[in-house]
Amino acid sequence: MTVPAPARAFRAPLFDWFFLLAVAAVGGTLVRILAFTPFEASQGAAQKIYYIHVPAALSAYLALGILAVASVMFLWLRDPRADRLAVSAAEVGLLFTTLVITTGPLWAKPIWGTWWSWDMRLNLTMFLWFLTAAYLVLRGAIDDEAMRARFSAVLGVLAALLIPFIHLSVYLFRTMHPEPIVLQPGRPRLPAEMLTTWSMGVLAFAFLCIALIRARYRLPDGRDA
Amino acid sequence: MTSNAAVHAVDLGKAFGRRQAVRGVDFSLGTGECLALFGPNGAGKTTLLRLVAGLLKPSAGSVRVRDVDMRRDAPARSAVGLVSHQSMLYAPLTARENVEFSARLGGVAEPASAARDALASLKVGDVADVEVRKLSRGQQQRVSIARALVHGPVVLLLDEPYSGLDESGAAALTSVLASLRERGAALLLVTHNVAEGLALATHAAVMLDGRFALEETRPASGFNAAAFSAGYRAQAGVDRG
Amino acid sequence: MLAAAWIIARKDLAVELRTRSAFLSVLVFTLLALATFFFAWDATSVASIDLAPGVLWVTFTFAGMLGLHRSFGSEAQDRAIDGLLIAPVEREAIYLGKAIANLVFVGAVLVVALPALAILYNLPLAQTVVGLAPVALLAAIGLVSVGTLFSSMAVNTRLAELLLPMLSLPFFVPIVMASSQISARLLAGRPMSEAMPWLKILIAFDLVFVVACTIAFPYTLEE
Repeated sequence: MTVPAPARAFRAPLFDWFFLLAVAAVGGTLVRILAFTPFEASQGAAQKIYYIHVPAALSAYLALGILAVASVMFLWLRDPRADRLAVSAAEVGLLFTTLVITTGPLWAKPIWGTWWSWDMRLNLTMFLWFLTAAYLVLRGAIDDEAMRARFSAVLGVLAALLIPFIHLSVYLFRTMHPEPIVLQPGRPRLPAEMLTTWSMGVLAFAFLCIALIRARYRLPDGRDA
Repeated sequence: MTSNAAVHAVDLGKAFGRRQAVRGVDFSLGTGECLALFGPNGAGKTTLLRLVAGLLKPSAGSVRVRDVDMRRDAPARSAVGLVSHQSMLYAPLTARENVEFSARLGGVAEPASAARDALASLKVGDVADVEVRKLSRGQQQRVSIARALVHGPVVLLLDEPYSGLDESGAAALTSVLASLRERGAALLLVTHNVAEGLALATHAAVMLDGRFALEETRPASGFNAAAFSAGYRAQAGVDRG
Repeated sequence: MLAAAWIIARKDLAVELRTRSAFLSVLVFTLLALATFFFAWDATSVASIDLAPGVLWVTFTFAGMLGLHRSFGSEAQDRAIDGLLIAPVEREAIYLGKAIANLVFVGAVLVVALPALAILYNLPLAQTVVGLAPVALLAAIGLVSVGTLFSSMAVNTRLAELLLPMLSLPFFVPIVMASSQISARLLAGRPMSEAMPWLKILIAFDLVFVVACTIAFPYTLEE
């Protein structure tokens, strides 16, 4: 005989003012990118992807950083809320890393003449994509809630330990095999207008990232995947 | 409250998600005592046994074996022997190899002779060098029991140990358990077989829906199996009603 | 604790020797993979010394994974793992015991694979085997430490065969990269100093993950 779960008197809304504000921020940034930011002299239209690509990457790192911390928290405190935060961050993180590794080649091809390269961020992000996907597949393969939370937290912590090694390996490989690059698009010394757009992008995406995690966290769990 | 009871459970509970498998179980088992635990499938008997063995973490309450938490204290686990539904044996290895392995892990000084003796006491000494996967169900069960006993545990947790045993196997088991009990071991015996369970028991209980529903101590004249069964069925009927 | 780990390792190896099927399959797979890469290789465009390291370490990774599978399979059958859990041994000893057994398993495969590589790809036999053996040991330690932990997790899930590679491969990449780089330099007779940074990465990886996985292992057991 099981006791039915008490009905929730108040359910926090998924898409509240916070979320709408985040969407508005991103929308506003997109408008600015398309209409109000000048073209970059040598790269042309393709360069505008940059305003999405980099902020998306930073937001992805943010989400996955939250995943790592939530995993540690769960193993330490065994609080199921930490587990929910972890899976919310993972799903949002997957979304953003997918965005990064799809926009990356779209930009690289016209600019560098190649779809893929040994660019640090791109390769690191690809790894994060694989690790996050593995995390979600692992969760999907376990029915027992407690085991699912425990195992994915272990994976989260180990993945966090792995990242420095990936970083170091890619860096070392790259310095030994310098790419012939026609242009050097790195951290921008952007003129004021572009910098503003770029900063807007970073903040807006981070905002959206947090809003999505928050919404996902509040999603009632029939089966918390 | 410290106790020198062999097994001491206080308000023990275990939940799996929303399902409460064990709740509010209190009991104390002393040396030389045997608690026979009966109950329908799904009543929580196996879960209770695994809680006592330290294989599961309680959701509520506590259980201590010889005043030690089995989950924390590795060396203390040498006091416990477990026989469960599955054989816990390695199929490609022989009976002897399995029992010797258990002896070595248990810190026995002379694993080879201890294994030989354990197998002989369960009357499977003659198949000692046969691979477990080639043994019959009954033989595997006896090897599994030998594996549980070889390191000389003083607290025995037995989950339906009689299942799969023929008459001679059952007799050998009862004799081994009785002599262990006489030498001061404490037994927690889960079984469906009322007659065999009550023959060894100093205490009997019925578990229903995660709780102890009926508890009796052995009267001087011994348990009356028929009366106990009637009481059991009545309890089960009441709860299901 | 090490004594208990050794007892468990011996038991694992005894089970493996009794069945032998896993070892032979992995061995055959390894030789087959080395040969397949050989057939796919255009000797006129790529020198063997450029190809061999990559081939070796990729093959090693996949073969290692096949071998790791069996690690907890024998424990799941008939719930033999309960016997380990109720024994007076620390959880960490179970991990170390199984990791040691896996290391011996992988090592045995390498003993055959390294000479096979040298012969197939026309590398100097003695130099290859002796030079690559230490690298192989370090790579194997890294592979086994992570793989043993993940096979303990995977055995409890559905899709165990898919999950083990999915979880492990990202972790094997630094091992493969470092081992390939070191091997390439060793085989080409380059000075050790060139391989040093990669060697440091490999050693650091081993240290970090042996410790981390030993600590994480108890969390993968039933509660």
